[in-house]
Amino acid sequence: MIFFIEVVLSGLMAGVMYSLVALGFVLIFKASGIFNFAQGVMALFAALTLVGLMEKFGMPIWLAIIGTIAVMIALAWAIERFMLRPLVNQEPIILFMATIGLAYVLEGMGDILWGSDVKMLDLGIPQGASDWMLDSFDIYIEKLEIFAAATAAVMVTFLAIFFQKTRIGRALRAVADDHQAALSVGISLNTIWVIVWSVAGIVALVAGIMWGSKSGVQFSLSLIALKALPVLILGGFTSVPGAIIGGMIIGVGEKVAEIYLGPIIGGAIENWFAYMLALAFLLFRPQGLFGERIIERV
Amino acid sequence: MIYRETGQFKANYQDDQALFPIAQDRYVILAVLLVTFAVVPLLLNQYWLNAILLPFLIYALAALGLNILTGYCGQLSLGTGAFMAVGAFSVFKLMTAIPELGFIPLVILSGLITAAVGTLFGLPSLRIKGFYLAVATLAAQFFLIWLFNKVGWFFNYNATGMITSPPMTLFGVIVTGPSADPVAKYYLVAGFVALFALFAKNITRGRIGRNWMAIRDMDIAAELIGVRPLIAKLSAFAVSSFYVGMAGALYFAVWLGSAEPTEAFDINQSFLVLFMIIIGGLGSVLGSFLGAAFMVTMPILLKNIMVDGLGTDTALAAHIEIITIGVLIIGFLIVEPHGLARLWRIAKEKMRLWPFPH
Amino acid sequence: MKIRKLTKTILAALLALPLISGVATAYELSIPSFDYRTGPYAPSGIPYANGFADYLMMLNARDGGINGSKIVVVPCETGYNTKKGVECYENVKNTGESRSLVIHPLSTGITYQLIPKTSVDLIPIHSMGYGRTSAANGKVFPWVFNFPVTYWDGAAIFVKYIAEKEGGLDQLKGKKIALVYHNSAYGKEPIRTLEKISEKYGFEFMALPVDHPGQEQKSTWLQIRKERPDWVLMWGWGVMNQVAIKEAASIRFPMDHFIGVWWSGNESDVLPAGEDAHNFLAGAIHAPGANFPLFDDIAKHVYGKGNGAGEKDRIGEVTYNRGVLAGVYAAEAIRTAMKIHGTNKVTPVMVRDGYENLEISAGRWEEMGLKGFAKPVKITCDNHAGSRQAAIMQWDANAKKWNQVTDYYDTMNDVVDPLIEADSKQYAAENSVVPRICN
Repeated sequence: MIFFIEVVLSGLMAGVMYSLVALGFVLIFKASGIFNFAQGVMALFAALTLVGLMEKFGMPIWLAIIGTIAVMIALAWAIERFMLRPLVNQEPIILFMATIGLAYVLEGMGDILWGSDVKMLDLGIPQGASDWMLDSFDIYIEKLEIFAAATAAVMVTFLAIFFQKTRIGRALRAVADDHQAALSVGISLNTIWVIVWSVAGIVALVAGIMWGSKSGVQFSLSLIALKALPVLILGGFTSVPGAIIGGMIIGVGEKVAEIYLGPIIGGAIENWFAYMLALAFLLFRPQGLFGERIIERV
Repeated sequence: MIYRETGQFKANYQDDQALFPIAQDRYVILAVLLVTFAVVPLLLNQYWLNAILLPFLIYALAALGLNILTGYCGQLSLGTGAFMAVGAFSVFKLMTAIPELGFIPLVILSGLITAAVGTLFGLPSLRIKGFYLAVATLAAQFFLIWLFNKVGWFFNYNATGMITSPPMTLFGVIVTGPSADPVAKYYLVAGFVALFALFAKNITRGRIGRNWMAIRDMDIAAELIGVRPLIAKLSAFAVSSFYVGMAGALYFAVWLGSAEPTEAFDINQSFLVLFMIIIGGLGSVLGSFLGAAFMVTMPILLKNIMVDGLGTDTALAAHIEIITIGVLIIGFLIVEPHGLARLWRIAKEKMRLWPFPH
Repeated sequence: MKIRKLTKTILAALLALPLISGVATAYELSIPSFDYRTGPYAPSGIPYANGFADYLMMLNARDGGINGSKIVVVPCETGYNTKKGVECYENVKNTGESRSLVIHPLSTGITYQLIPKTSVDLIPIHSMGYGRTSAANGKVFPWVFNFPVTYWDGAAIFVKYIAEKEGGLDQLKGKKIALVYHNSAYGKEPIRTLEKISEKYGFEFMALPVDHPGQEQKSTWLQIRKERPDWVLMWGWGVMNQVAIKEAASIRFPMDHFIGVWWSGNESDVLPAGEDAHNFLAGAIHAPGANFPLFDDIAKHVYGKGNGAGEKDRIGEVTYNRGVLAGVYAAEAIRTAMKIHGTNKVTPVMVRDGYENLEISAGRWEEMGLKGFAKPVKITCDNHAGSRQAAIMQWDANAKKWNQVTDYYDTMNDVVDPLIEADSKQYAAENSVVPRICN
């Protein structure tokens, strides 16, 4: 029984790690209807930049983080200026494709700038199993993941306040609701996009830091995007809480399946199981758990 | 002046509904076929045939398949890699079980098996749409690859799960396995591709194709005017998977020679084929070829120019290569979101009017 | 025919510029290097490629090549991807006047891909400590060499080490050994051997696959926590190694009961786990560290002139040394081929003979400035895997270095040999290969 609790807890924590990546997707999809495939590579790029600034220029952590945020904002500006603006009003699949192109560019650039060796990221985030939990309850929980969960909670709160209470947040929601209407009341789409991509860049940085602390910063980090996709479909592309709850469902589901079902049918099932789980949910709610209802008219 | 249909009168319905109504188009197609079958094998060396033309043709066939589903019927799929794997493993099982049937029927048979699997995984499309469907097809991608990697029956219980294509002959010439002559392989694949490209061109302009396009443009409206979405969507999945399955069979048996499921048919394969049809042009047979040509030759060309021509070291070249491809993709989308095929169409329009543009 | 030739030249110029730009005056020895400096496996691929290139460049700088013939290393980026590997192979196989003398695919997947092709193109493959194990049978695979050791031997040797620690092979009964493996052809290699050995000695064996790339292994290690195996073996590559070691440390799995194959024991695999990786074990097919006179030559002749492939302070990393080892074997095989055939203009076919008659004695290792670096090698017509020995090394996290803690173990011939025989026979039957006769 204790072991089952442990599996569920680990699943929840792993799910939060996926949610961190999924959050960035949701932000961009909400504000611009773009399925941003480059989110995973953005996490890699941000983490690489952070490590690079610390290693190559000897910056202290706080300065490196500020520097990375500045780089991500500059990147958001460049993306808006050179990619989104010329592609405005195109079909979603075209924009999706463009973000794949973007993923390629960022991947190559990250490697050229900072090298493709694996780099250690040590920001002093606690790591390893929580000894207290292990000794007193025999439950194994990763400290890093508790930290990640706390960070995610803070981030979601911050995003919620940002969306609900600030001027920019209201403008963002207006754009998400209806581009045309937002334009007509004087909201600049271009500015909004820069802001959204910057925020997504910062979310990517957080995800990159968490995943990078866990496994070192290197190319595979960009592949975590694939882990975030089932979370997204389950939670709905447009819902921030959906990304978190979806992440938890997927995390718990795949861990429980892998550990209790895996040995029976052969192991390494968690990848497809996550997708199958999401697919099963979709058959009942085609718009995801928290997605906006799809209304179709002729 | 040259490209003009003036003077070509269509005296009956047959002429009007011909596959290529304009005479010049027919000549061009004939010329292309002639070059493909008569000139190319004479001119090109082994490297060109093995490393560029074979993958190009095979990917073109896969792209055709995906284009039927995504370009014509509007159902976004990211399971192409897995469906290719179904084709590859089917042909492997068939080649080792009933080789006496001959290679061509086996490839077609494995296409049919893939069509059945594809239809099964197409069922969710009746309820799920758009990007949600794309991610749902990823379930097929991950599940099928896992299955082929795990269940020993699929790879005849060998130690590592790699499948290797046994040598098979066609009219007395070896076409699979290591000792096959590249020219023979080329003829085989080119024959397949030419035949099924014509078939695709034909089917997409007929009743079925029109149904697909109606579903793509607006499925509710299509339903209201009497297109049955169940049949239209599932037939698109079936035909598309049939093509993709054959491409997978050729990809494994003729080109690679041996494959392991986790690597040769992974998710990148699905993305690659999707890139091809978007770059080439959604809903265009020609686009599938142009896209495949672009995505197959571009990286090799860039690599060869940089590494061999300019002496860049391989790592830097690989990085620049990937950046260039990214920039080209974005650039193409900005210049012409409807793909290379659209550029060709515009060029054709210009040619029709030339030299009197007004 | 003239037109055909002309077009061919133009096309060749377009796509393969080196064929005309690199007009060589002297006969040069082309040795391709299948690198991966990009992608998820770059952290493992870079040091190997550097070691390989550095050693051969050192031969050029110090001795003017092999017996006076310059070596040209032809790099080709595969990204650990079989499709790119095939393209690379087609591209490099006819490169230079000598053609490719030997192929090091550096990926088990690519090796499987190329085994049938090279026997038609008559180019030897040396898959050093990876690739298809049954290629050890030189009668069925005349063109493939996989010395000094194979994965199946590795599995057997690790079990031997475990038995030694547990107090004898009979003590294995009732023990539980888990294998954490990269879910690919590479990772699956040892499974069958371990199953056979577990039947024989009565320990329980469990295999836990980790999917590419291995960033997320939580459930694998939860499972290990649940099943509590006595020993864990690992067949990992790339990021999977680092994550596994970290996860193992987190669940407090004792590191001295955790053995990685020789591809899971680079510095970059253990460093990220810091203190926690202390006492982690890994297989060794050569010595770690740079305390060999030869490495001074590399530092002097290659890095001293600014021609190094990597950073100087990374000389002596385990995977770097692996690259050097491959370079040494290749150079020695070419030397042997030159001696057998009495010419400096060796071809791939002659180099194959060189590999097949390769003999590096302890004296020769010392002569090369690599005393004790690796075991003596003797390859014969029917045995392409050499002595099939491996040792165990252990990570010292305080000193940040690997120490070889055992002598080299022999494999379990009674288990592995029949498996090799059976698998190569199956290959011969499936691909209608008639085994040649060795005497």
